[in-house]
Amino acid sequence: MSQVSIRKVVKSYEGGVQAVKGIDLEIADEEFVVLVGPSGCGKSTTLRMIAGLEEITAGEIWIGGDVVNDVPPRDRDIAMVFQNYALYPHMSVFENMAFGLKLRKFPKDEIKRRVDEAARILDIAMLLDRKPKALSGGQRQRVAMGRAIVRNPKVFLFDEPLSNLDAKLRVQMRTEIKKVHQTVRTTTVYVTHDQVEAMTLADRVVVMNHGVIEQVGPPQELYHNPATRFVAGFIGSPAMNFLPAELVDDGGLKIRLATGEKLPIPPARLDRYGKAKGRRLTFGLRPEHLTETRSDEKPGVVRIQANVDVVEPMGMETMVHFFTDGVPVCARIDPAVQARPGETLALAADLNQMHLIDDETGRVI
Amino acid sequence: MAEGTTDVPIAGYSAPRPRAHGSALHRMARRRSTTALLMCVPLFALLAGFVVYPFFYSIYLSTLNRDMTRFIGLFNYQYLLSSNTFHLVIFQSCLFAITAVFLKALIGFILAHVMHNITGPDQKLWRGVLLLPWVIPPALSTLGWWWMIEGSYSAVNWLLQQVGIHPIAFLSSTAWARFWIIMVNVWFGTPFFMIMYLATLKSVPDQLYEAAAIDGATGWQKIRFISFPMLKNIISITTLFSLIVTFANFDIVQILTAGAPANTTHVFATYAFQVGINSGNIPMGSAVSLFMFPILAVFAIFILRGVTRRTREAI
Amino acid sequence: MSSATLAAGAAAPRRGRRPSIARERRWALWTSYIALAIFAVGFLIPPYFELVTSLKTSQEIGAGTDPWFTQHLFFGNYTSIIHNPQFQIFFLNSVKLTIVVVCVTMVISVLAAYALARMRFFGSQMFATGVFLTYLVPESLLFIPLFKELANLHLINNTWALAFVWPTLSVPFCTWILIGYFGSIPKELDEAAMIDGASHLQMLWKIFIPVAMPGIIAATIFAFTVCWGDFLYPLAFLFTSKQMVLTAGIVSTLIHGDVLDWGHIMAANILASAPPILIYAFLMDYYIAGLTAGATKG
Repeated sequence: MSQVSIRKVVKSYEGGVQAVKGIDLEIADEEFVVLVGPSGCGKSTTLRMIAGLEEITAGEIWIGGDVVNDVPPRDRDIAMVFQNYALYPHMSVFENMAFGLKLRKFPKDEIKRRVDEAARILDIAMLLDRKPKALSGGQRQRVAMGRAIVRNPKVFLFDEPLSNLDAKLRVQMRTEIKKVHQTVRTTTVYVTHDQVEAMTLADRVVVMNHGVIEQVGPPQELYHNPATRFVAGFIGSPAMNFLPAELVDDGGLKIRLATGEKLPIPPARLDRYGKAKGRRLTFGLRPEHLTETRSDEKPGVVRIQANVDVVEPMGMETMVHFFTDGVPVCARIDPAVQARPGETLALAADLNQMHLIDDETGRVI
Repeated sequence: MAEGTTDVPIAGYSAPRPRAHGSALHRMARRRSTTALLMCVPLFALLAGFVVYPFFYSIYLSTLNRDMTRFIGLFNYQYLLSSNTFHLVIFQSCLFAITAVFLKALIGFILAHVMHNITGPDQKLWRGVLLLPWVIPPALSTLGWWWMIEGSYSAVNWLLQQVGIHPIAFLSSTAWARFWIIMVNVWFGTPFFMIMYLATLKSVPDQLYEAAAIDGATGWQKIRFISFPMLKNIISITTLFSLIVTFANFDIVQILTAGAPANTTHVFATYAFQVGINSGNIPMGSAVSLFMFPILAVFAIFILRGVTRRTREAI
Repeated sequence: MSSATLAAGAAAPRRGRRPSIARERRWALWTSYIALAIFAVGFLIPPYFELVTSLKTSQEIGAGTDPWFTQHLFFGNYTSIIHNPQFQIFFLNSVKLTIVVVCVTMVISVLAAYALARMRFFGSQMFATGVFLTYLVPESLLFIPLFKELANLHLINNTWALAFVWPTLSVPFCTWILIGYFGSIPKELDEAAMIDGASHLQMLWKIFIPVAMPGIIAATIFAFTVCWGDFLYPLAFLFTSKQMVLTAGIVSTLIHGDVLDWGHIMAANILASAPPILIYAFLMDYYIAGLTAGATKG
């Protein structure tokens, strides 16, 4: 039983700066939860409070059924992987992994058994005699994970473990971490600022901003149904397009953009948006839902004209950037379609995928 | 290596807030600062007992009469200030410190640049040879110097004779004695400057020199506009530090001349030794030493400023 | 350097440029080597002269022949100085006291540096600055009150007095550079150790000291050099040859002995200089690191 509960947890520093402003989060046994958000959002502080490296100003943190507010890190039965790995430079890989067990006075053969087992899982058995200096970035990362695994703790804590690796290795290690979790099934809290990491690794993603939780949910849920403007803009790459808009009744409910252009609301959304008439709104549409036109368009797809500004061919797709009433907009089109800067291009906007955000609350309607 | 010290102790370790009273973590933090204090106790005791206490004791001693039986106020200081010998001591100390430090800094600067031109294992070898004077205990090497220059039959005089110059009684002449005192100090101290400058030169990125070369800088201009500004801080720290050490130097003067001829080559340290230890006038000796203090304190403050600035830049 | 001026200053035709850069480099290199050679010879004259003298018989020294060379190598000065009971006492005292003081220094400095670098407490910043300032206090400022203080403690003319006063010369600098070395250890390392279950002492012993080993070695070398070479304190506080250490012993006692035998004195001199030179020869990089650390690190 190693669920983690965070209850009304606040962290404030001297001088009154609040890094975490009273968050609630329940993490189930064996779950892989990723805390994601921009730097300074409080995600690392939250993780460090779970680890016991930061004091909790108010609220409670439970690990496996006990309040751990007053428990020092070594007695919390957690293991942590740091951004810079924090491997002990003077110890061999074996000693690095064995250190925690040695301090806890495990018998020698048990230590060896566990280290060998972890080394096997992580495929670093042939590195056990080396010093960290002689390892590549990816290998160091594995050793850092090995150090966590051997302890067989209740909870794994990862603090941006992949941000020191180059892009290719990062993808590879991401898969590795996922695989390890599937093997050992230890409850994991993982902090990152990279939304792709969050989406690919997590059972559930926790999006944080300014010390509060914006939304908690499975990756697909966050992508399709963001709860707030922040989540809508943060998840997904390239980011969602936002345009100021309002709802008007003009032979049916329509969105009027700042350009004066009016887009009809798909029938399925009429109920949901009915009450928002007259409010200041933001219209949101992901680039992948703003594509080249086709002859057999579904209902709910409308055509707009774009004055192409910049074209970025990516191979699999092409990004087209243009401005609507001074606001930059990005569309994602088939590379077969010819688009040249300065030309006008007809695009299809799939309004079935649109989002409407109430400017006052910042929440998605 | 490039991390500073005074400010190092770690921003991340934010002190726990006092508000969360009674928590175990907080207790642990309090215990941590108690442990820390305990760990500093030996250092504190040492410095209190053998640096701070003797300093104040020295002030007290300097206000006593020769037999240390009576308080005589500032009489010892007054006496010294009116004594001709002491005027000479002040003059000789300043002359010695300023000349020697200037020469050490200059030669050290040149040597560091010359050394910087050479790369690879060669540099290490030359560095090893040129650092040797700094490694030998100065009292012992000065004894070698003394044997080399003292008397009409000394090795240096022998060399002079070979080119037809009459032997010179170097250490019986005030001017020559001063010359050799400075010479020995420069010989001993230059490697320190060289190695400090060289370490800093190595930390200047090559691209700066390449950029300067592309901008059309000549060799001298590279030194003037790149090396010198980059070394400015370390030059001032090293110079001030060396001024303190040279100003307070004892070994060289004591062994070469012990103040002779006629007390004309005494510096503060040797004069204090003669008055305080040899003649047994401890109060007067204390007063002589204490005269150094204001000068040293000014230098020390400037060093501290330089070091703090350097530390900040490093972070 | 002057060649660089010439080459860059002259508006040379395009074709002449490439070889001139190579020539300029070679020129600079040669000038450097020549300058270094001149200084190296100058720097080595005194040690060389000591060595030559130590290899001469007293007859040869007295004969007024060429003092810079010896007719034949004579090692008798070394054998007789090694068997000289006074010299043996000096050497033994120096070794004894230096070892004790180096150990004391390292214990005090490591504990204090760890506390000051990692466990901030009230006034720790000020304290670190204070340590640096005491490093700037020269020995010649305090030897007279120390003389009186040691007399009050009945430690005058007692070798062990040095065990109290020598650490004041070594500890501040060692503490200072160790604060720098400890401070440069990433703090994630202690957090990892904390999670692994290490106590403060375990963290110091198993993480900080091994990781900062270059700094520890540099500080040890520094402490050794300072104690071994100190002249003023033993000269001021010790009188009889039984209590004396090498530096002051050679300069005061051997010279003031009955015969001024320079072959002997120089042999003693070289033997006394040997330990620091040997350490330097084998650990030059640490030596230099320690030497430069004071200003470049902090």
